[in-house]
Amino acid sequence: MTAARTEAVAVGASAGALEALSVVLPRLPAGYPLPVLVVVHLPPDRDSLMVGLLGDSCRLPVREAQDKEPIEPGTIYFAPPDYHLLVEPDRRLSLSGEEPVLFSRPSIDVLFETAAETYGAGLAGVVLTGANGDGARGLRAIRQAGGTALVQRPETAAAAAMPLAALDACPDAVALTLEEIAEYLRGMVPPR
Amino acid sequence: MSESVEDVEFRLLLEAVFRKYHYDFRGYSRASLKRRLRQARERMGCATFSQVQDRVLHDATAFPELLTFLTVQVSELFRDPDYFRAVREKVVPYLRTYPSLKVWVAGCGAGEEVYSLAVLFREEGLEERTMIYGTDISSQALRRAEAGVYGLDRLALFTENHRRSGGKSSLSDYYTAAYGGAVFDKDLRRRVVFSDHSLATDQVFAEVQFVSCRNVLIYFDRPLQDRALGLFGDSLSRQGFLGLGAKESLRFSSRADAFETFDREARIYRKRGEA
Ligand SMILES: C[S@@+](CC[C@H](N)C(=O)[O-])C[C@H]1O[C@@H](n2cnc3c(N)ncnc32)[C@H](O)[C@@H]1O
Repeated sequence: MTAARTEAVAVGASAGALEALSVVLPRLPAGYPLPVLVVVHLPPDRDSLMVGLLGDSCRLPVREAQDKEPIEPGTIYFAPPDYHLLVEPDRRLSLSGEEPVLFSRPSIDVLFETAAETYGAGLAGVVLTGANGDGARGLRAIRQAGGTALVQRPETAAAAAMPLAALDACPDAVALTLEEIAEYLRGMVPPR
Repeated sequence: MSESVEDVEFRLLLEAVFRKYHYDFRGYSRASLKRRLRQARERMGCATFSQVQDRVLHDATAFPELLTFLTVQVSELFRDPDYFRAVREKVVPYLRTYPSLKVWVAGCGAGEEVYSLAVLFREEGLEERTMIYGTDISSQALRRAEAGVYGLDRLALFTENHRRSGGKSSLSDYYTAAYGGAVFDKDLRRRVVFSDHSLATDQVFAEVQFVSCRNVLIYFDRPLQDRALGLFGDSLSRQGFLGLGAKESLRFSSRADAFETFDREARIYRKRGEA
């Protein structure tokens, strides 16, 4: 897709997110060198649910993103419930309580668009299962910046609407099953 | 990567706003500020930030509109009830020991945080000895704070927040419903002063025992966060309290040493005593 070296992965998931992420994230090996930034739509009061649920099964450290923290390689960051997660030009994370975008806070589009500005062609964006259209615009921004776009194959998703919207906005995105997405992400970095 | 033309224009626009209007957004978190400015650009029907700059430099009436995009005005009464519960249960016992108290709510927006604390201090019997200063850069927000009127559709949430914060009275004791809004009791404002003050450009104005600055620092980059935290440190009396937003901390600040953690979960810190 692109010759640029991938430096970061951004993932968005909504309805069915936990099951989908439980397939993809634990398949990333210990020592995987890329940061993985994840936005999941959750009810606002569920504090860091994902970190607790996925932390044990992942081989990479899983954390809730903190405002202004430097993005570390090989770390999985989740947007805190009710805050947008953004990537700053100096490769730090930032949080924002701005209005929801497409009824969502955190918003996948906001993460993808800001990450695309910072990482350009060095970003891989992944849209997984979901029942809305978040992530489509952001994935297109990632492609326009020369990055890699991956989408869960709609017929394999618990909720197909989000993958379908992403493929609609981004027809040259690669559609894969969850296992294939994990494999693809592993393959983006040179074997150690 | 070299700077894009849009980034050049973005910086120049912020510079123009600072030079002409003395509002300094140059140290704000870039990613979200740029998103908001793009929304403003679209709303103003401009193709580029240069066009926005031209407009605000030559048409003073365009600036207030731009300003509404530059700041984020999202708030609630008793937002994050656990914070107010911690203030009530853990900070108030210390504050009680002072004969007179000053509280600074920095970035008070439309006053939600100020009214929350005013109600809390009344419930705790501290109202008569307390002055609350609410400051913000948005004159529009400050006017709303002075008016103390909130949409009736938000009252259910505010009431629930107040209850969860350990409220000892009924929130409905403090407002009357009129004109489709809940008008907060003028009496609550007797010991409240709202004024224009920027954490980016202004100095300390009083010695206070408690600074509550919530959901403001996340919109600043680190040097500007450090400036604001420096003001709080200078303004707080020895062992004074600093409360931040639910996802804010001193962790990545070079000012962290000036404070100690008082309640990690609630994000409440305490100024260290002089060595
Ligand atoms: C999201 S609101 C927070 C309101 C309230 N403190 C809360 O937590 O709900 C952020 C506020 O910070 C204000 N603000 C932004 N820049 C500021 C500055 N340099 N100095 C003071 N206030 C500022 C904005 O105008 C806005 O009212």
